[in-house]
Amino acid sequence: MTAPRTGAGGPSPVPGRRRRETWLGYALVGPSVFLFGLVYLYPVAYSAWVSVYTWDLVTEARYVGLENYRDLWSAEFREVVANTALYSVGVVVLSQGLGLVLAVLLNNRTWLGAIFQASIFSSYVVSWVAVSLLWIWLLDPQYGLVAYLLSLVKLPSVNWLGDHRIALGSLVLVTVWKTIGYPMVIYLAGLQAIPGDLYEAASLDGAGAWQRFRHVTWPLLTPTTLFLLITLTVASFQGFDIVKIMTQGGPVTSTVIYVYYIYEQAFQYFKLGKASAAVVVFFAVIVALTYLQWLVFRRRVHYAA
Amino acid sequence: MIHPNPLLRWLTIAVLGGVALVEVFPYAWMVTTSLKDLPSVTQFPPAWIPYPPHWDNYAKAWASGPFLHYAVNNVIQTVGILVLQLFFGCLAGFAFSKLRFPGRDLCFLLVIACLIVPPQVRFVPLYILFAKLGLLNTYTSLILPYAVSALGTFLIREAFMQVSDDIVDAARVDGAGTFTLVFRIMAPIAKPTIIAFSLFSVVYHWNDFFWPLVMTTNDAVRTLPIGVAMLREEGTGARWHIIMAGSMFVVAPVLLVFVVAQRHIIRAFTFATLK
Repeated sequence: MTAPRTGAGGPSPVPGRRRRETWLGYALVGPSVFLFGLVYLYPVAYSAWVSVYTWDLVTEARYVGLENYRDLWSAEFREVVANTALYSVGVVVLSQGLGLVLAVLLNNRTWLGAIFQASIFSSYVVSWVAVSLLWIWLLDPQYGLVAYLLSLVKLPSVNWLGDHRIALGSLVLVTVWKTIGYPMVIYLAGLQAIPGDLYEAASLDGAGAWQRFRHVTWPLLTPTTLFLLITLTVASFQGFDIVKIMTQGGPVTSTVIYVYYIYEQAFQYFKLGKASAAVVVFFAVIVALTYLQWLVFRRRVHYAA
Repeated sequence: MIHPNPLLRWLTIAVLGGVALVEVFPYAWMVTTSLKDLPSVTQFPPAWIPYPPHWDNYAKAWASGPFLHYAVNNVIQTVGILVLQLFFGCLAGFAFSKLRFPGRDLCFLLVIACLIVPPQVRFVPLYILFAKLGLLNTYTSLILPYAVSALGTFLIREAFMQVSDDIVDAARVDGAGTFTLVFRIMAPIAKPTIIAFSLFSVVYHWNDFFWPLVMTTNDAVRTLPIGVAMLREEGTGARWHIIMAGSMFVVAPVLLVFVVAQRHIIRAFTFATLK
């Protein structure tokens, strides 16, 4: 806001020009706003509306009030919530912890570090379909590479995807394998923002490597940690592809996680009301988490000021 | 990684190298499997290097479905989405950053609100809408839901705000129309942001499985990720050599771009989400 502005700045001197700017603004923003309304906001409102009906797309919809939400309190749905929570906690804790370790080790870049970083990040840009297929093959209990490697160290073969006590854990491991590069590079960005003289000062005070991490790195990474915590949680709630391809929710229902449940309700059982109620709850959780993030980051701004 | 203590330095390299190996080796396994024949796929212990290599697995995978169709559809979907996102994003980004009009901030808030509406919230209602309009199994149902990007609009607005008003005024005085101003003058200045967002969008939609799965039931509009996933359902038994060869159709282009533009892509993914 330095030089006098004609565009975005103070009031424009000529009234005719001002009116033209208003019309131009609407003309440019209008199509976007219309599309955002149609493909983002309308679906939210429509879900809320359908969620109070029983409807299979074919026969007449029947108003049922909050019954669909009451149905969400069933044992079946509680298992879905538990599966989703386990999957999310597993993915978030493991990928964030490992991501931090890798970032700390990778800080101070060398050419070798650059190669390691690229190798570890590469899976993040590869399709979920290919990754899921690849891991079904790697984890094949009979001919898979993992079974072979286990047999080399005299360990028994594990039925990674066929055992209902293990399958969800296997999905967590594959997800961490695929997405670990993301928390790693975000933490690296956070580490590189820490001024080097803080470490020098800590060293002069006689702090060892662990103490420097504990008292300089970790506290200064708090915003990054909180950012990743929320982002990774929301991302893990959205997990679908890996379940659809690797387990289809099985064995039994041990790997049905939230979005897969919505998909099943809508497109296998054609219970669109129930699916929409689940969508509404899902959206409410995301809004709550985003609000939490906003609160945290607003506070952070206050600290900085 | 530069550690004064040589023991710790080697330990660091060993840990990172180990993790990098675990991350990369499965792709090598994908390639070797794709070159085996059926007997050596089901051989235990597995052969490390297939001899002779069966390159024809790629031809077999390609011929086991209308893969040319899938690939063309994938390109149409990915490019169509990107072009529309950039078109709408640049126009709206310009209005949000350089024009003043009543309701501007309210409109912008509406766009930002869309950042928190993921595809998993939109797919059921949009499926119903497209079903009613008879638009399932069309490019419209694949492209239109992503024609505007809240993230893209937001990032382009931020970049346009950095462009000096003098440049805008000078272009106006020279008689440049709005489209010339936005696409010939402002967009090139905002190139780093536009490239970063484009990489992000292209990688996401090239790989996307969820949306085409919901919107398509017909080979005429199906995309590569769907076609590759179907390889497993069609075949009998353990034809992993064919499935792995087919997977390369989705993976290879992305990994190729990644190897060439690795730094830009990592920057795109950190930058696009940290803003």
